[in-house]
Parts: sequence; C-alpha cells; structure tokens
Amino acid sequence: MDIFILQLINGLSLGSIYALVALGYSMVYGIVKLINFAHGDIIMVSCFTMYTAMEIAGLPLLVSIPLTLILTAVLGIIIEKLAYDRLISKGVERISLLITAIGVSIFLQSTFQLIFKADSLRYQAFLPSKTISLFGIEPSLKSVVTIIVSLVLMLALTLFVKLTKVGKAMRAASEDASAAKLMGINTSNVVAFTFAIGSLLAAVAGILYFESYPRIEPYMGGMLGLKAFVAAVIGGIGSIPGAMAGGLILGVAEAMTVSIGLSSYSDAVVFGILIIMLVLKPSGLFGKNIREKV
Amino acid sequence: MDKLRKKRLLNNGIAIVLVIVLYVLLEILIRTELLNPIGFTSDFFKKMFINIILAVSLNLVTGFLGQLSLGHAGFMSVGAYTAALITIHADLPIYIEFPLALLAGGLMAVVFGLIVGIPCLRLKGDYLAILTLGFGEIIKVIMTNLKGLTNGASGLNAIPSYSKFGYVYFISILTVYIIYKFIKSRHGRAVISIRENEIAAESCGVNLTYYKLFAFLIASFFAGIAGGLYAHNIGYIAPKTFDYNYSIEILIMVVLGGMGSITGSVVAACALTIIPQLLKYMNLGQYQMLLYSIILIAIMLFRPYGLMGKYEFSLSKLLNKGKRASQGGTENE
Repeated sequence: MDIFILQLINGLSLGSIYALVALGYSMVYGIVKLINFAHGDIIMVSCFTMYTAMEIAGLPLLVSIPLTLILTAVLGIIIEKLAYDRLISKGVERISLLITAIGVSIFLQSTFQLIFKADSLRYQAFLPSKTISLFGIEPSLKSVVTIIVSLVLMLALTLFVKLTKVGKAMRAASEDASAAKLMGINTSNVVAFTFAIGSLLAAVAGILYFESYPRIEPYMGGMLGLKAFVAAVIGGIGSIPGAMAGGLILGVAEAMTVSIGLSSYSDAVVFGILIIMLVLKPSGLFGKNIREKV
Repeated sequence: MDKLRKKRLLNNGIAIVLVIVLYVLLEILIRTELLNPIGFTSDFFKKMFINIILAVSLNLVTGFLGQLSLGHAGFMSVGAYTAALITIHADLPIYIEFPLALLAGGLMAVVFGLIVGIPCLRLKGDYLAILTLGFGEIIKVIMTNLKGLTNGASGLNAIPSYSKFGYVYFISILTVYIIYKFIKSRHGRAVISIRENEIAAESCGVNLTYYKLFAFLIASFFAGIAGGLYAHNIGYIAPKTFDYNYSIEILIMVVLGGMGSITGSVVAACALTIIPQLLKYMNLGQYQMLLYSIILIAIMLFRPYGLMGKYEFSLSKLLNKGKRASQGGTENE
C-alpha cells in the first residue's frame, strides 16, 4: 500500500509538470486555435538557459532562476511576433499555422543541437535528493516540492485569469476573437501575452523537470510537449482546470505503467488514453461541446 | 468525338514515350556512373523516386484533404518491416515474393491507418496531427520491443536487395498516376470539397468521415509500399530509420512543392533529395534540419501555397500551346 501511495505521489509530481506545460498549450489553443508544437521546445530552451547561467556563467541560483523565467517568456513573445503574428492577423488556414509551429520547433531543436553539440548536459540540481516523512510515508522532497509549486502556480493563474483586466481580455479573446477586437481589446497583444505566460509556465516546468530527470538534450522537449498536449486534450482543450486534471491523470497513469514494469510502453499508454478519450468524449473532461453554426 | 479520342490517345502515347525515354536516360546515367563522384549513385536515384511516392501520397492527406499527418514515416516503417520479414522468411522466386511483400506491406500500413484514422477523422480539428505524431513514436517503441520478430533496436539486416531502379521508377510513376486519377475522379473532388469547407461539403451530401478515411488510407497504403521499396533498396532497416525527422522531411516536400499540387510534390521531392546530398558532399550535413526549418517558416510566411501552388503540369495543355505558338498565335480558343 505504501509503495502504491509513493508511486501515486511520483505520478502526481510528473503529472503536475505535464499540467504546467498543458496550460500553455490550452491557453494558446483557446485563443488562436493553434497547437503550438514549439511549446515543448520552450522547456528545452529553459533548461539550456539554466545550464548556461549556472554552469557557464557561474551565476548563483537566485539570479539564474528569475533570469531563465524572464528570458523564456521573452522568447515566447519573440516567437509569436516573428512567426505567428503575421499569419494570425492575415487569417490564414489553420494548417499553415500548424506547419509554421512545426518549423519553429525544428528551428529551436536544430539551433540548440548546433550550439551545444554534446549529447546530454547537466547542472547541479538544487533540491537535495532526500526523502521527507509525511503521514508515515516517505516521498522524495523533489516530488513534493514539484507538486506544491505547480499547485500554487495553477491557483495563481486561475485567479489571474478570473480577476485581472488582462485575464478578462484573454477570456474574451478566447470566446470570440473578432468580437473582442470590436470591443476595443488589442487581441494581438493579448495573444503575445498568452504566449509569454505559457512560456513562463513551461520554463518553471522545465526547471522542475530537470530536478527529477537531470539530463538536458536538444530533443528533450518533443515527447514531453506532446504528452502535455495530450493532457490538454484529455482535460478539454481551452479549459484551465481541464489542463490540470488531464496532466495529473496522465502523470499517474504513466507512473503506474512504469511501476508494473512496462516502462518501455509508457508512451504507448499515453496515446492509448488519448485514443480512448477521442472515441468516448472528444471534447475532453471539462470541454464544452460547441455546436458549429453556419 | 472521334477527334477528341484520337487526341487523347496521342497525348497518352506521348506521355508513355516520355516516361520510357526518361527511364532510359536515368538508367544510362546510373550504369555509366557519371555522377557517382558527387554521390548521385543508383541508391540515390532510387531514394529520389521513393521520396516521390511518399511526397505525393502525403499530399493527398495534407494538400488535398487539408489534414496534417506527422507520422508518414511510421506507416513507411510498418510497410518496410512487413515486406522485409516476408522476403527474408519466404523462399519464393523474386517475381512472386517481391510484389507479394510490397502489397502485404501496403495493406499492413492500411490496417494501422485504420487504427489511427478512425478515432480522429470522425472529429473536426487537428487531432490527426497529434495522433499521427504519437503513432510515429509508438511504432518505434513497438518495433524496438518486439525483439523476436524485428530484432529490436539493432534492426533487420540482410534484406535481399530486390529494389532494382526499374521497379522503383515504374512503381513511383504508377503511384503518381493513380493518385492523379483519384484526385480527378468524383471521389477526389469530394476530398477536395472537404478541404475547402467541411460544412458545405457535408450539406452537399459528402460523407466526411468516409472520404477523410478513404484519402488517409490510400496515403498509408502507398507509404507502406514506399517502405517496402526502401527496405529492399538499403538492405537494412532499424526502428530509428523512420523517425520524426523523416516524417517532417516528407512534409516539407509537400509544403515546398505546394499543398494541392502533385507536380509540386514531385519537383520538391527531387529537389529535397538532391539538396541534402549536395550538403553532405560539401560537409554541411549538420545544417540540414536547420535549413529545413527555415524553409518551412519562410514558405508559410511569404508563400503559403508553396512554390507551385495548385498548379498541375499538363502535357496536353503544353502541346496545345506549342501548336498555337507554331500557328503564329492567331487562333483564339
């Protein structure tokens, strides 16, 4: 039983990382209906930025983390402005946007592959790898910190979207972008801001992910991002609580697959869940079934 | 009526002659090994025509149906393994074994296409992109783990090299012809109408799921065939041969050539087989993916319909134009 609970906590910790990344996908999809394939690679960029700040520049931890967060958020805005903004404002077909996103993703991957040739890098993880005792079970400190940080961030995001003016603009734009524009909302800026927040959350996810899986490589973002997107679809794309729920479900499912000794099939399980979900309830757990009007 | 038929017959005749002339020219080029120093060997030309099959079949899904598929190499992998296992284990003469193996590879790819296609093609939206991307990864995992059958990560080797240039060439011409005919048929128009407007197509009586699945399965079938040809060309396949980057490479051929232009796919498939080879020749192979990504983004930003757009090369139009030009351009049709 204890082992089961331990695995559950591991799963929740992995799942909350998925959830953080899924939020970025979900918010962007909610507004511009784009699967931002480059979102996973933002995680990779944040890890490499941390590596550069900590190992190469030798900056202290308390400088490195904010620096990484800011740089990643700025990168999100730059990508949006350079690659997507033109297409979104022109109103091109969705497939063109998707292909651009794939282009951006490969661009980031191959650029970092060229810069940091080595296969896998690492910096000194800052959380000690010890266990803490909690109600008679002993989960690792890392997973508990991951879960707590993620929960706090998700709560903050929910409050932000509910209470602030920018959050209101984001909700308006995701409901009907052109109507929002008519009401005087600068949708282009809202989209850029959404990218910034998404990238920020991805950067946090990247830093937390590294604590548990300390390897950095240019292609690490691909599968992680993809699973996070699956989490967003399972939860109902465009919905913030959905992204959280989807992430947690996926993380737990994956941890359980690993714990019964089928670790090489864990990717297959993730996509299996997606297929089942698409067959049973395509709009996702928290998604609204919107009828299309002509 | 009779005149029209005669004309069509003549055009077809000219097309067939051109196809054969091109074959003879390429065969001479390969046999004499003129371009071998820069790496344009017979393997290279075979790869080029395999890429044509892949690009044209993917164009059916991405260009004509308007759905993004990111796992074309996955279907290729299924076809390659199926075909290779048949030719390795069966002891039949080549002219029975090889067509059988290719066909089985194609059909196996169709089976996997059904598994991937049915859940997501019922729905609107970009689910196909996600699921095919996942499929490409899962197929890699499966091929690595089925050690008894596929020899795991080290892959299958000693596959008989049945893919002579002639086979590859004529199969790829046949593929282009079949897909072209499909596009021009009633069914092809239904597929294109889905791309243009799903709701309008549905209200005109087009069965969306049926036609989406139909186009997707045809593409999977030809990807499987291409996989079989690939395996019998190189003689060695491993799960990582057919990775995400390969799928993307095929997608770039479609996008560069023009989504919705078969001519474009053929031209782009040739160009994107030649460019990496030249890069490799100049020792710049590591910049290949970077170059591809920049091509993708630049095309989407500045020329979203690719180089050719929806243009199709047509022999009869060309002949007509030539005729009119020789008559001094006085005739106005």
